[in-house]
Amino acid sequence: MAEEKKKRILKPIKDFPLDEYIASGHRACQGCAEVLAVRHVLKAIGPDMVLAMATGCMEIISSPYPFTSWNVPWIHVAFENAAAVGSGVEAGLKALRRKGRIPDKNVTVVAMGGDGGTSDIGFQALSGMFERGHKMIYVCVDNEAYMNTGVQRSSSTPFGASTTTSPAGKARPSGQNTWKKDMTAIAAAHNIPYAATACPSYYSDLMRKVRRAAEVEGPAYLHVLSVCPTGWRVPPQTSIKYGALAVDSGVFPLYEVDHGVWKLSRKPKNLKPVTEYLKGQGRFRHLDEGMIALIQERVIANWERLLKLCEATGDKPAQSGSES
Amino acid sequence: MAEKDVLTGEHFIHGDAACAEGGLAAGCRFFAGYPITPATEVAERMARRLPEVGGIYIQMEDEIASMAAILGASWGGVKSMTSTSGPGFSLMMENIGLGMMTETPCVVVNIQRGGPSTGLPTLVGQADVMQARWGSHGDYGCIAVSPASPQECFDLTILAFNLSEMYRQPVFVLADEVVGHMTEKVIIPPREQIHVAQRAKPAVERSKYLPFESTGPMPAPMAIAGDGYHVHVTGLTHDERGYPVITDAVQERNVRHIVEKVRMNAHNIIRVDEVALEDADVVVIAYGCTSRVARQAVEDMRRKGHRVGLLRLVTLWPFPSNIVRRLAGQVKAFVVPEINYGQMALEVERTAGGRAETVLMGLMGGSIHSPQEIQEVVGQYL
Repeated sequence: MAEEKKKRILKPIKDFPLDEYIASGHRACQGCAEVLAVRHVLKAIGPDMVLAMATGCMEIISSPYPFTSWNVPWIHVAFENAAAVGSGVEAGLKALRRKGRIPDKNVTVVAMGGDGGTSDIGFQALSGMFERGHKMIYVCVDNEAYMNTGVQRSSSTPFGASTTTSPAGKARPSGQNTWKKDMTAIAAAHNIPYAATACPSYYSDLMRKVRRAAEVEGPAYLHVLSVCPTGWRVPPQTSIKYGALAVDSGVFPLYEVDHGVWKLSRKPKNLKPVTEYLKGQGRFRHLDEGMIALIQERVIANWERLLKLCEATGDKPAQSGSES
Repeated sequence: MAEKDVLTGEHFIHGDAACAEGGLAAGCRFFAGYPITPATEVAERMARRLPEVGGIYIQMEDEIASMAAILGASWGGVKSMTSTSGPGFSLMMENIGLGMMTETPCVVVNIQRGGPSTGLPTLVGQADVMQARWGSHGDYGCIAVSPASPQECFDLTILAFNLSEMYRQPVFVLADEVVGHMTEKVIIPPREQIHVAQRAKPAVERSKYLPFESTGPMPAPMAIAGDGYHVHVTGLTHDERGYPVITDAVQERNVRHIVEKVRMNAHNIIRVDEVALEDADVVVIAYGCTSRVARQAVEDMRRKGHRVGLLRLVTLWPFPSNIVRRLAGQVKAFVVPEINYGQMALEVERTAGGRAETVLMGLMGGSIHSPQEIQEVVGQYL
């Protein structure tokens, strides 16, 4: 009897799509949570999609010619213009549909970039895409540095992380000495219908948000925190754990901004201390108590501000500039 | 803090790191960059080294911003530098033109990879030679050096800084991926043996200072922000005071000056390496990693008694027209191996003016010539 109790029965998750749109055999590092995020984004949308991708890890690992991991139409042009390319695809599909050249069915256009391709070099193209109001999703898969070229800082690298271009040392004890750019709030400030944060550690939440993003009329933005064992210097088997810790410590809260209404997707009763999240990550190992306290303070301030935003906008009617 | 800027001694480092060390030894204290293969290591080295010498490393949001940042830093009074490769170099072009027009000293290191576009991110190319010369719109003089070894990455980055300070303009270090990623012995001499040019500062009183008044083909001394001088800096066509004047006459003076300060001083800027040219019947003209292979080919053929020479271009721009023109009367052919579709070969052909044949050995990128290939082609003209 006792032995039987120990057996866990793995039940398939209800409605979980079994089709794969990014094939295995790609060149991602062990424990890469970014490619996991991509996998779930694609599963949530299904085969009727076109994916425009910026230069970055996901582009490099998936398309070493003549191989490809993509089971959906996929296009890569340059580093800075995934949002512009996606915009063109969306406009092109619209024109073809109007002329009756393609069947009148819904095709989801997705543009995807890493944190560098989104918050640094691709920022201008992204803002243009929001402003023009294309009906498409932009997904930022954020591993918090330029990992493809070997771990250089980006504007999405968190305060205190040591990278090859923000090395911690005597002259700059914190390593990265600026705070992570809040891309989701910047996207929401464009008054687009939908912006949200997600993390593959909470994949059902991630997939729900992707579906919501595909549904709204106009641009949607998803910011997905993706643990990078290579760049964060954590063991590959801990990717999911660190993703969950980022969320539950309030370092990376999960929320959505749906037509101007801010809503928390996951509200831990008590936030875990940031030390639990920072501990064990090689990129943070140099941090002293003072710097950790600074991070903790900032996380709590951001969390409280987020709660207030949710409260303040919760009962407001929908208002969006881009709905058409 | 400053004693760490010149790491006197023997090092075993790659060309990218040597470019960074050369910059530091030349007095560079501001580096703005953006990661790009195969130049990322220059930025990484600078990120680690600059804080040690009281300098600033800043990583910008793209190459457009990186170029803008080093121009600003230069006007703030520090020697500044960036590094990049093909696509990043393309993005820098508009601000490079701004640097030329505003006569702003700074150094741009381009570790060339195969192009166009994304091309061969991890493999060698030498196809940005003409882009360096003509890439930004409008006319301006261009100074570019081409290191062939990590040692030269160090030496020529210092030279690039000196030239940029002297002629008040952005100067290019056109290295290639092979040289950038090649690890060799680099000797960093004692500080007192390194010639470092310092920026000329205005010696006249404030009311008489004209920031863009040229003396012959030389630029005016440069007052930096905060010195108390009246300085107006603009990308618009400007007069000696730096104020915009949108007329053909001022355009004539302004643009003529930024072209001629290089053209008229070419004899002081140009550096070449002449190997066995005196009695040569065929001369190989090469630069960067290709010149190492060419030297092997020439030395081997000389040992066999063939009259072959090598003209190695240390500075690519300005082009050593006089030397090539002189040789054209002596040799049967110029053989030009380069990793592009004939960019320098065009210049050689133009200068030779039909008096000697110009033979292009073009590779499109990703690989280098072998000495045997060069010998075979040279052999056809002996």
